[in-house]
Amino acid sequence: MSAGSLPGRFLAAFVAKNGTGHFWGQRLSAIALVFLGLWFAWCLTTMSALGYADAVEFIAAPTNRVLLLMLCGALGYHSYLGVEVVIDDYVHGTRIRPVSHNLSRFAHAVIGVVAMVSIMQIGPGA
Amino acid sequence: MSNNGRPLSPHLSIYRWPITMTLSILHRVTGVGLSVGFAVWAAWLFGAMLGAEAYAGVIAMLGTVVGKVLLIGWSFAFFFHLSNGIRHLVWDMGWGFEIGQANASAWFVLLTSIVLTGLFWWLQS
Repeated sequence: MSAGSLPGRFLAAFVAKNGTGHFWGQRLSAIALVFLGLWFAWCLTTMSALGYADAVEFIAAPTNRVLLLMLCGALGYHSYLGVEVVIDDYVHGTRIRPVSHNLSRFAHAVIGVVAMVSIMQIGPGA
Repeated sequence: MSNNGRPLSPHLSIYRWPITMTLSILHRVTGVGLSVGFAVWAAWLFGAMLGAEAYAGVIAMLGTVVGKVLLIGWSFAFFFHLSNGIRHLVWDMGWGFEIGQANASAWFVLLTSIVLTGLFWWLQS
């Protein structure tokens, strides 16, 4: 398939679109994580995350809950994109590579959902 | 593999190891480490949702010697990946590509992440 043919051009556009999407997704989630990550690290220094009551109180506070959900989204998405690149670089088998990608997708989805549901379930009365 | 006396392209191993290479590898290693940390972070939240007993179990695991070492490792990985990530974002804007600048920013990032890790644990206590 030559690059000039119509299917070739479609393929090139598709690949290019995916490529830039990955590029921007990684950068935008990175910028979000600079702020959300530092915010969370700062919160860990101001509270005792080891104590159950303190942790629940922190997670249940409305502003914290929103920021934690945003952190979870940005973190999971950024991690997913990063692991995807690592798999592409080191896993070369025609069968094992798509299996690895799907395992990564599954793991990130499960971890992300568990974290988000936990954040939303934790209430002041818990 | 015979090369029939043809010239070889210079292999990476003949160069003096540059600090930028260490940082590049560390960025990837800390990134993968932090992906594992994402699961632990979720376990912390999950434990808090399940109740005081489950939460105590999660904290007990993190409180073991292995757990503490991992937590210190994750904190360094976080501050390193964050600092070096900003370095990458600056590169994305086209700044700092000269060898001298890249070496200087590498040392700056390394120093910053060590200081931030130390500050983080100092503020904990």
